[in-house]
Amino acid sequence: MQTTTLLARSRVQSILRGDSIQRLLALGALLLLLAFFSAVVPHFASTNNYIDILTATAVNGVLATGVTFVIITGGIDLSVGTGMTFTSVVMGIVAVNLGLPLPLGLLAALAAGALVGSINGALIAKAKLPPFIATLGMLYVTLGMAQVISDVHPIYFDQQPAFQGFFMSKPIVGIPNIVWVMLGGAAIAWILLNKTILGRYTFALGSNEEATRLSGVNVDRWKIIIYAVDGLFIGLAGIVIASRMNSAQPGLGMGYELDAIAAAVIGGTSLSGGEGSVVGTIIGAFLISTLRIGLSVAGIPDQWKSVITGLVVIGAVWLDILRRRSRA
Amino acid sequence: MKLTRITSLAAGTMTLALVVSACSGSATTAPAASAAAASAQASSAGGAASAYVPPTDAGAAKGKTIAIISKGEQHQFWQAVKKGALDEAAKLGVTATYQGPATESEVDKQLTMLQTALSNNPAAVCFAALDSKAAGALLAQAQASKIPVVGFDSGVDSTIPVTTVATDNTAAAAVAADHMASLIGNAGTVGVIVHDQTSQTGITRRDGFLAQMAAKYPNIKVLPPQYGAGDAVKSADIAKAMMTANPDLKGFFGANEGSIKGVLNALKETGNEGKIVAIGYDSGQQQIDAITSGVEAGAITQNPIGIGSKCVDAAVDAINGKALPQKIDTGFSWFDKTNINNPEIQAVLYK
Repeated sequence: MQTTTLLARSRVQSILRGDSIQRLLALGALLLLLAFFSAVVPHFASTNNYIDILTATAVNGVLATGVTFVIITGGIDLSVGTGMTFTSVVMGIVAVNLGLPLPLGLLAALAAGALVGSINGALIAKAKLPPFIATLGMLYVTLGMAQVISDVHPIYFDQQPAFQGFFMSKPIVGIPNIVWVMLGGAAIAWILLNKTILGRYTFALGSNEEATRLSGVNVDRWKIIIYAVDGLFIGLAGIVIASRMNSAQPGLGMGYELDAIAAAVIGGTSLSGGEGSVVGTIIGAFLISTLRIGLSVAGIPDQWKSVITGLVVIGAVWLDILRRRSRA
Repeated sequence: MKLTRITSLAAGTMTLALVVSACSGSATTAPAASAAAASAQASSAGGAASAYVPPTDAGAAKGKTIAIISKGEQHQFWQAVKKGALDEAAKLGVTATYQGPATESEVDKQLTMLQTALSNNPAAVCFAALDSKAAGALLAQAQASKIPVVGFDSGVDSTIPVTTVATDNTAAAAVAADHMASLIGNAGTVGVIVHDQTSQTGITRRDGFLAQMAAKYPNIKVLPPQYGAGDAVKSADIAKAMMTANPDLKGFFGANEGSIKGVLNALKETGNEGKIVAIGYDSGQQQIDAITSGVEAGAITQNPIGIGSKCVDAAVDAINGKALPQKIDTGFSWFDKTNINNPEIQAVLYK
């Protein structure tokens, strides 16, 4: 009997795999919020402010894209924020302390991210640690290692002016390149998730890991690969955040994982796995930064910004649960 | 399957719990009253501060252990405090241990550190409380065990510490306000970005700045302070939002290193470098460069190395039973393009 429900559930899921309902809800909420702030808050409706919102979304958008992969598998990654710090420090060490060319620094950041992701994946797939615990451990390990290898000193990219010069310049319609990097990363993630075998296994793992294993898929290996892909996005986020500060700051990173998870969840990615979309996640990330910046421009006190952001996360998850219940 | 579902449910719940605690984590202190008390203490003890003469040798304290519990370890400021403390301890021939929590909202972790330190029965404790009230029981325990407590940085809001080694942040922020006023011609709109609204340094710097503006410069409008957790990217986004909301903004005061870095990033990203007056706090490479190039008008520097060394000095004196002034002021300086290369400024800056 359980098998039948499972089958039924996964069939419904495959129909709704694009998760269009929640995505539309999130998009509707985003447009509503933008319209509301634009109408009510003086000075909000300006090109520069919209560009500020895009810029503020870049870091979280990249992190949330990465974490979407692992959440779809039914896992979680709490190490994305501090992993990002670690990758930015690795890039600083390669491109500044060792004085190697900038492209090598960028590659090093991506490689460091993939390493963090692979370790997460191996801990989960091989050592059978629950994802929550494995990545919680790696949250501390990556933060600590970022500080060990930097000797707790920020690394400035002054001698690599091309770095911030490229990522923060605005050659296309006045939007800084980090925003295009985020959107490009999301596009690659969309292709990976929807057009490749990696994507198919990502959804399959989250829908029914045992069935996937029984159908002959090397589940452990694919888990490690999926966490490594998540890691590549962590590395990309490390590049993006370092370019905004023109430096790698070893003390930063805690709390970014929660924004990333919140963006994915608001965008309709289910924490119980099997469902999710990159488009939804990016919408979720925009929603969070629109909310933050809108409330800032409106001059709402900080404590209320926290309350409102929290309520939006709760509301999004609640809507998701309601939708799930009505479907069952 | 069932297990996975339970795990993911647990993960979800805990994530939400984390979101909630992250949002409420900074709301652990409630001290409008204690801020006032601290500033009152600062002004009343102002005269006594200069009287303090640090010991030249450890005397009976030689070889004994002083446990230093700070508010952090990762920030460059705390690294400088640590260096000052450990160097002074080595010079006097005492042993000093130094530790602090990862972020300045981890009150509970800091209490655990204090508890562990007390269990090792040190000769003295130097303590920069994240939350003085929360530490009350442990401080009473220290007093009962006759372990002298030296407060430093934001200090300890209690009668137990034998002295407090700190910067007079209220007076320092008022100096920042004076410079801001003269740089914008005593009129216009000014934004304030602070690291948090619960720590003593956040409260005293913010209120010191606001009070001076209110008292002396009626034509300057200070916007409601905004808080960026000392994160240079989050503070930049906030600064840009404030510029959006107030196109006539003439100046920014960033109340700690992370806050002013955020302001500098925002000015750079919006192409407003040199157009809006930026005034900061503490030092760090980015701020030093910005002041040298004229993008930042100037900053208040504390003397972090001095805070570290003086708190070891005070602890040694306390172990030896010497009387200490109620407050030991470690001083602050205004620095800008004109005096940044003076040796007395260079000595207190950190990179």
